[in-house]
Amino acid sequence: MEILIPILSAAIRSGTPILYATLGEILTEKAGVLNLGLEGLMLLGAFSGFSATMVTGNPWVGLAAAVCVGMAVSALHAFLCVTMGANQVVSGLAITMFGTGMSALLGKAYVGETIRGLGILPVPLLAKVPLLGPVLFNHDPLVYLSYVLVGLTCWFISSTRWGLTLRAVGENPRAVDAAGLSVARLRYAYTMVGGGLAALGGAYLSVVYTQMWVEMMTAGRGWIAVALVIFGIWNPLRAAFGSYLFGGVGALQLRIQAAGTTVPAPLLLMLPYILTIVVLVGISVRKGKGILLGAPASLGQPFHREERD
Amino acid sequence: MKPRLRIERRLDVPSWMNWSIPAGAVGVALAAGAVLLSLLGVSPLAAYKAMIQGSLGDAWGISETIVKAIPLTLAGLAVGLAFTMVVWNIGAEGQIVMGALAAVAVVRYAFVDNSLVMFSLMFLMACLAGGVWAGFAGFLKARWNVNETITTLMMNYIAILLADYFIYGPWRDPSSLGFPMTTPFPEAARLPVLGGTRVHVGIFLAVGLAILFRVLYRWTKWGFELRVIGNNPNAARYAGINDLRNVVLAMFFSGAVAGIAGMTEVAGLQGRLQPGFSGGYGFTAIIVAWLARLNPMATILVSFLLGVLLVGGDTLQVVMRLPLSSVQVLQGLILFCVLGAEFFRNYRIVFIERGERREWKS
Repeated sequence: MEILIPILSAAIRSGTPILYATLGEILTEKAGVLNLGLEGLMLLGAFSGFSATMVTGNPWVGLAAAVCVGMAVSALHAFLCVTMGANQVVSGLAITMFGTGMSALLGKAYVGETIRGLGILPVPLLAKVPLLGPVLFNHDPLVYLSYVLVGLTCWFISSTRWGLTLRAVGENPRAVDAAGLSVARLRYAYTMVGGGLAALGGAYLSVVYTQMWVEMMTAGRGWIAVALVIFGIWNPLRAAFGSYLFGGVGALQLRIQAAGTTVPAPLLLMLPYILTIVVLVGISVRKGKGILLGAPASLGQPFHREERD
Repeated sequence: MKPRLRIERRLDVPSWMNWSIPAGAVGVALAAGAVLLSLLGVSPLAAYKAMIQGSLGDAWGISETIVKAIPLTLAGLAVGLAFTMVVWNIGAEGQIVMGALAAVAVVRYAFVDNSLVMFSLMFLMACLAGGVWAGFAGFLKARWNVNETITTLMMNYIAILLADYFIYGPWRDPSSLGFPMTTPFPEAARLPVLGGTRVHVGIFLAVGLAILFRVLYRWTKWGFELRVIGNNPNAARYAGINDLRNVVLAMFFSGAVAGIAGMTEVAGLQGRLQPGFSGGYGFTAIIVAWLARLNPMATILVSFLLGVLLVGGDTLQVVMRLPLSSVQVLQGLILFCVLGAEFFRNYRIVFIERGERREWKS
């Protein structure tokens, strides 16, 4: 048990950036928009969060800046996919290319700098609970915020009027249009919320987790988040479980390396990517056997008001 | 009198739009890039001039542009083949790496001092390695509908790490003074180059395959089936086209062609494997395929143009001290604009004049 606590606690921390991006993508995809630009959005968030924190000295300003950048860039995705009816897969790839390039270009000046990011803030009383306390409640505020967000999105999607509209936009946009709501406006909104959350996940990496900026520091976490949405069958709670599973693998792999193993580092680094494929195959095989498909029916399809289906 | 606008769907696309819309999109992207460059304190005119001079200004520049266009054409054809049937092979980068690894393995474990034997062996093994790597994702897609975008992407990371493992580990050149690289290829395993340039015979493979793909799409039954699956999967199924088998086959050939790109890079250009040797050709290939509208002959031309961008980017790095990532930003902008421009292919904007009778159609 004593060995498990630090690993589980590390799993939560390294799973949190993936969790933010996954939650954001669930909201975006529920609205019927596929955003494959998460990797680029996370990198932009990591860079802008870091630089804004360095300039202002306030990590909260940094995180807010990251969210704004993420929303702005994903608005571009929404413009292409919703207004222009462009291919969502390719637009997402363009976002990733642009974000990767832009963060590296602007971030060049910040490589090697350090900041004072967010520190650990144990929750009073709860942190003292044996086992659960150190694993769940001995973290930074953003981890707690992610707990709240998981519950909030679950409740929002399944039990609110707005959540019902969100699901309807993804399942049957024509019905939403007929009900007098703007499909385009809703899709813009949820794409931007999703982009903001992805950028916040990226900023968590630079402002809280490592407190430094490195080019390409997300190392595929954005893509893992896209996979986790499918793994979580568009359910925030399952997505959280998936995120912590990946966080755990990441943390475990660091620990194995630190313990001085003979397994070469590149082979250990492959673990999360191999796990992603395994998990994806696992969920897809089970889907075939009659488990409810969670994918919104109109995911990836542009909505043209004037055309018949 | 205020003209009002109406947007309506085009029924047919005039042929001049096939080239003018992509060209316009690239123009808009370069203009956006110019704004960005001036925000960074760089004169956009000077930067673009340096890029053109570096890539097209002299014979050496042009030859370097062709050197970059070779893998781009091959990888562009590769992803284009998958995109034709709406299978998102984002894994060309990994398939290029696998092809290169196969070529190095052939030289390391099956070396014969005969160029022809070596080329054939390297070619076959590179096809096989890239093909199996992509075909695996195709199989998962066909069998269990596993999302191929994510599997091919994850396999990029795995392939690159696998290459790192060999380069830093068992295949490292003992005489490289600790630099991570494999032993240089012997002369018999190097592709011949043209004249005094670095352009290798891979250029014939690239052009030849483009022609082959053209024939395949245009005049063969299989090419027709691929297009039907891409355009209307339900019609394809109804017509008895085996889409599952075709997905696996298309992914296999897609990966095989990307694998050839990896083989020609390592045997034609670098002569050894180093970390990060591909430098993103597999991703740039996505822009190539999209700009070329999946047309094999246009792929050659677009690859040359993106070669200009890449070589120009190298020049920018040297002359203007701009990091190489600026090229990636430009690539992203180009892709945005090309996507946005699709709108003007599909729709036209009509001015409605006052007094025009509105037609109501039921």
